[in-house]
Amino acid sequence: MPDVRIENVTKRFGKLLAVNNVSLHIHEKEYFALLGPSGCGKTTLLRLIAGLIKPDKGKIYIGDRLVNDVPPEDRDIGFVFQTFALFPHMDAWDNVTYGPKVKGFDMKKAGTIGHEVLEMVRLNERLNAFPNELSGGMMQRIAVARALAAGAKLLLLDEPLGQLDAKVRNDLRYEIRRMTKDLGLTAIHVTHDQAEAMAISDRIAVMKKGSIKQVGTPSELYMAPDNVFVANFIGESNFLEGYVADEDGKKMTVDLRGEIQIEVTKDKARKGERVVLAIRPETFLVKKGMIGEENSIAGTVERVTFEGTNIRYEIRLKNQDLIVIVKPSMAGEWLHVEDEVTVSFSSEKVHVFEYPAAGLKEEIAVE
Amino acid sequence: MSKQKVIQALDAASSRRSIKYAVYLVAIILFFALILLPPILGIVIHFTAIQVILNNPALENRALTAIANSFMIALFVAAIDLIAGIPMAWLIARKRSRWLSTLDTLSDIPFIVPTAVLGYSLLLFWNSPSGISALFTGSLISTGWLLVILLHFAFSFPVVVRVVVGALLDYKREFENASRTLGAPPFTASRTVTFPIIKPSLIAAFILAFSRSVSETGATFIVAGAFENGSIFLQNIKNTAWSFRQIRGIFGSTNPTFYGAIVFASFILIAVSVSIFLVVRTLGPRLKLPVNRIWPSFERKLSYSKAESSRNTATLAVFLAIVLIPSLFVALPAFQAIFTNTLSESLLGKGIWASYWHGLVLSYGLAAIVTVLNIIIGLPMAIAIARKKFGNVSSGILDVLVNIPLVVPSIALGFSLAIFWNTFTSIPQLLLLIFAHLTITYPYFVRSMSAAVERISIDMEEASRTLGAKPLGVFRTIILPLTKYSIFSGAVLVFTRSLSETGATMAVASTLKTVPLVLVNWIRPPPSQPAASPLQIGLGSGYLILLSFVILLASRLIVKGKGRY
Repeated sequence: MPDVRIENVTKRFGKLLAVNNVSLHIHEKEYFALLGPSGCGKTTLLRLIAGLIKPDKGKIYIGDRLVNDVPPEDRDIGFVFQTFALFPHMDAWDNVTYGPKVKGFDMKKAGTIGHEVLEMVRLNERLNAFPNELSGGMMQRIAVARALAAGAKLLLLDEPLGQLDAKVRNDLRYEIRRMTKDLGLTAIHVTHDQAEAMAISDRIAVMKKGSIKQVGTPSELYMAPDNVFVANFIGESNFLEGYVADEDGKKMTVDLRGEIQIEVTKDKARKGERVVLAIRPETFLVKKGMIGEENSIAGTVERVTFEGTNIRYEIRLKNQDLIVIVKPSMAGEWLHVEDEVTVSFSSEKVHVFEYPAAGLKEEIAVE
Repeated sequence: MSKQKVIQALDAASSRRSIKYAVYLVAIILFFALILLPPILGIVIHFTAIQVILNNPALENRALTAIANSFMIALFVAAIDLIAGIPMAWLIARKRSRWLSTLDTLSDIPFIVPTAVLGYSLLLFWNSPSGISALFTGSLISTGWLLVILLHFAFSFPVVVRVVVGALLDYKREFENASRTLGAPPFTASRTVTFPIIKPSLIAAFILAFSRSVSETGATFIVAGAFENGSIFLQNIKNTAWSFRQIRGIFGSTNPTFYGAIVFASFILIAVSVSIFLVVRTLGPRLKLPVNRIWPSFERKLSYSKAESSRNTATLAVFLAIVLIPSLFVALPAFQAIFTNTLSESLLGKGIWASYWHGLVLSYGLAAIVTVLNIIIGLPMAIAIARKKFGNVSSGILDVLVNIPLVVPSIALGFSLAIFWNTFTSIPQLLLLIFAHLTITYPYFVRSMSAAVERISIDMEEASRTLGAKPLGVFRTIILPLTKYSIFSGAVLVFTRSLSETGATMAVASTLKTVPLVLVNWIRPPPSQPAASPLQIGLGSGYLILLSFVILLASRLIVKGKGRY
């Protein structure tokens, strides 16, 4: 049964290190996302699993079988391409039944499978249309149906929704997840869209520059990021730089710019170390006026943006750091530009990271 | 007025609709008046001349047999070209490596070396006792149809490979990848997906190989012996007639039999070629490759390393043994000649060498003139076709018409052209040569240029217009810079094609001899002329090969990976 194990896999394209010593275990029947900015190596990793390219080093197992030397047609996979790659010289029906036919099934059996998968993607009309006559959403459904018709238990999807309009994209992503779950497939889904990955995946691997930065469920990645890159790439974070001033028991004190101290839950960092605090915009408490509360900093509202569900404030703290705070727009009183406010930290919701050697900007950069 | 002001004035003028269309219209009128109509009308005007042939069954039979030979050989060669050329193109396009790119360059050689030289080289290799025939008693392959086929294969194979390599490099591999992930082994994937998708290029390659085979005259004449195809028939008739100066309108007084034979054969050759071209052009795209039948286990066997490596070995062997080595075999006597006094004689222009150097100057001068004319009248036409300046339908029709001089046998075209112009006026031989070469090369230039213009996204032109450029400004600042390397390669193509041309040249020239004609006369001299020695022919060919190499290397150095954006 198809779980996928990747052991120390490396792939270079000339000078470019596309996949750097990656190990990963994708469980059977899991919906797994490879997430990262463009050029991070996620598509290369997917193509390595499919056998469209070969690794320079390392081993890839599908189920119990070492597949390094197995050509793609013998790996028993379904692959949905970003551009769909529907064969332009065949109509929708011939595209969908191509897999069963090249595998040598008789026409009748190929036909039965074709109808089944088209039923599944809810597309049983316009079967004589050629790809250039179909809408983006329809081409996408045909591409998925074609991959499913090959009968594989492992479905690989390379940015399958990237070419679609926003509304269609949202509908189709749940549909793809539903189908893979109904059929009991293992799915590996490559995307650069963190909202998409969060919405449909059981687990996500976040990649950057050929390496995996963290693997976890969507909530783990959001609630407990391992590093500043993940904290920034998944959701949104405010970053404040400082030094650990003191540590005792469960708490430690961090010196921020402008001689401000705040207290956070104890982390690995040691006294004297340079650190970065990552704080989600919705975890702050904001009150109007200058109130001398514990663990708080005074500031001034610089910009207010109404975003529909939420309202977003940019606040200049008195130490000149700029932070973003997000509040539900339907709850409480709104703040206005130039309001004086007090911002309080909840010490258990602040993530403390060692200051990155390469610098903070470089570490969180997505390009 | 300063240069700046002239440009501004021209730019402003170009935005007037009338002026813009006038430019394109002039290009189209010139195409019809100089290139398309004369070679068609010539035989039509004098169509009644064929009556003589219909009353002479022996000559009629001889002509018809020759014409049938032309088309059978062309069909056969074009088919074999595809069968052998596709694996070769696959090898070059897919296995990128240093020695393969050398091979890629080598495969251009039979394309740029004038075909007359190629013909002699093959004759030496297969037929003369100094070639491979030395291993056997007598000659391995005597002159005749088999040698003609080998020759036509040698010069058309590189053309097919070039076209298919281009198509494979432009093709999106993702389709093939998709097929593989769906369970198709490599052979099935290429058979059911890749080749059906690049089918238009395969058809184009077939048409090119076919028309080159039907058209080639000089080299075919060298290796044909007593064998006749359509072009050789015309050549033989002319040679017989020429000594009596007897073809009306071309060379003075008339022998109705010869004249009729020429009109008759030219007419059939032109009509059949154009019909075949139109049929392939219209039916080709509808031709379905059998993609629905699949033989999994058999195709699997064809897909993997053993089958692949034996296929590659066979492909390379065919290329080396039938194309490359025979094509370059003439280098051997050329080298030998260097160590004899043939070299100094040739350099001093002694004896028969005077006509050789005259021919060389004439050939290069003619090629240069024709290249410049092509750029001037071909460029507006290429843009008109690529940008559909006269609507979809008329651009489509123009696109087909432009190809016609390419598919018509060049000697027939030459005769028809000569008949046409001589009907109205006594035209200088040199001008006739220029017209003939212009007609033959025009399709090559316009086709390659319109493809290059099509590759430029229309967005660029629109962006330039929104930023304030006038139509001429768009041409000057966008089209010209983006296509300058294509113009250059188009010009090189025209230049080499003109150098190589023999058929139409033989038809229209009586006293003026281009250098390939000089060589043909050396190898198969007319009765009045003494034969040249093998060393002389070898050295004469060697000079031409050397010059071709210089052109090839220079153009590679100048273009070198540029011109693709």
